[in-house]
Amino acid sequence: MVIAVLAVQGSFFEHEQILEKLGVEYFEIRRKADLDKHFDGLILPGGESTTMGKLLKELDIFDTLQKKIADGLPVYGTCAGMILLANNLSNDKNVYFGTMDITVKRNAYGRQLGSFETVSDVKGIGEVPMVFIRAPYIESVGEGVDVLATVNGNIVAARQDNQLATSFHPELTDDTSVHQYFLDMIK
Amino acid sequence: MSENRYGLNKNLAQMLKGGVIMDVTTPEQAKIAEAAGACAVMALERIPADIRAAGGVSRMSDPKMIKGIQKAVSIPVMAKARIGHFVEAQILEALEIDYIDESEVLSPADDTYHIDKTKFKVPFVCGARNLGEALRRIAEGASMIRTKGEAGTGDVIQAVRHMRTIQSEMRKIQSMREDELFNTAKELAVPYDLVKFVHENGKLPVVNFSAGGVATPADAALMMQLGAEGVFVGSGIFKSGNPEKRAAAIVKAVTNYNNPAVLAELSEDLGEAMVGINPDEIKVIMESR
Repeated sequence: MVIAVLAVQGSFFEHEQILEKLGVEYFEIRRKADLDKHFDGLILPGGESTTMGKLLKELDIFDTLQKKIADGLPVYGTCAGMILLANNLSNDKNVYFGTMDITVKRNAYGRQLGSFETVSDVKGIGEVPMVFIRAPYIESVGEGVDVLATVNGNIVAARQDNQLATSFHPELTDDTSVHQYFLDMIK
Repeated sequence: MSENRYGLNKNLAQMLKGGVIMDVTTPEQAKIAEAAGACAVMALERIPADIRAAGGVSRMSDPKMIKGIQKAVSIPVMAKARIGHFVEAQILEALEIDYIDESEVLSPADDTYHIDKTKFKVPFVCGARNLGEALRRIAEGASMIRTKGEAGTGDVIQAVRHMRTIQSEMRKIQSMREDELFNTAKELAVPYDLVKFVHENGKLPVVNFSAGGVATPADAALMMQLGAEGVFVGSGIFKSGNPEKRAAAIVKAVTNYNNPAVLAELSEDLGEAMVGINPDEIKVIMESR
């Protein structure tokens, strides 16, 4: 199994470290030529969604990835990655891949002073340490989207078939369970 | 809810990695920077090149101007406080700024003490010319480091020197015997634990960006190849002929810093670069602050 990690900006290195811990092969996507390699799953890391969205388009990576996700490629988006997947942003006109039927609020907890950590249950996984950095959350989900976790009444993890999204950053902790869950989705 | 502010603050810097942080002086410039792909903006009244030209005392920006920029963009907004001026930092924290830059670009308020950054909930980034400076700032609570360079010159030489210095000092510590680390901690005037971290990991315990004098996509890629995890660009963008195009090109150069073919394409037809001044020809040397 080979995982591609989108590496145009953000915390892709931390995802790669988790994959290494799990003994999974991976490579970075930084430009169009990287898409020629075979991969079974895709990770969209945290970072700035405006930066990543722009780079995806300008580096001519966007259309290919969008089609692959729509065609069923397993994908896991954390934080900004969740924003890239959402088909609606409640406080932003932009839509990026738009492949997941969720409405996401950007910077939903406010500025950096609103960033926090907690531990909470994720359906199908159990207790997970959660790090929220200027994080978004999901305001509502469409049919066929399974809500996996809520914190203080807000949806922070969800799955729609081949797509997994979390507001928090498991890659910034020692916990590998969410990544393991994602790898188990790739069959 | 656990309250690990320092951890959270270091983690925000993780999210900025591989990105470009741009100096902006107006909401309009902030929007241009965001549209060009900046991962954060630094709100300040005058960019370093103009601070040099104006002379006099340079201070924290007007909160009204900072608020205007916070309203204009959705990416993180940083602002500068004078070295040692903890009240300016308190004011910036009250504005819920995302990152405070305790910066040598402004006139220092204290020639002995830096701000005790452990007393703040918001994160700090500080400049450094060498490993000792970097680790001292981290010991004081900085959750991000940037090499100083020489701001407002458009000349990358100091940024290169500082990045090379820090990287080579770290490599030296990495290759030391463990019993030599105590003396190194003494020589650098930094806590032993931080030296031990560098010995074991070969890097700083926080994210390290480059700053000061970056003016072209090639400059930005140079700093990335020398080990920077991202780049601050100040005067280089809005003192150039075509800020939109140059800003976008520098963002892409940081992503593809190892790809000369892409860099060649990006460097094409960017219009006039900032004129720049040679640091040897200027009176005010900010890096020594």
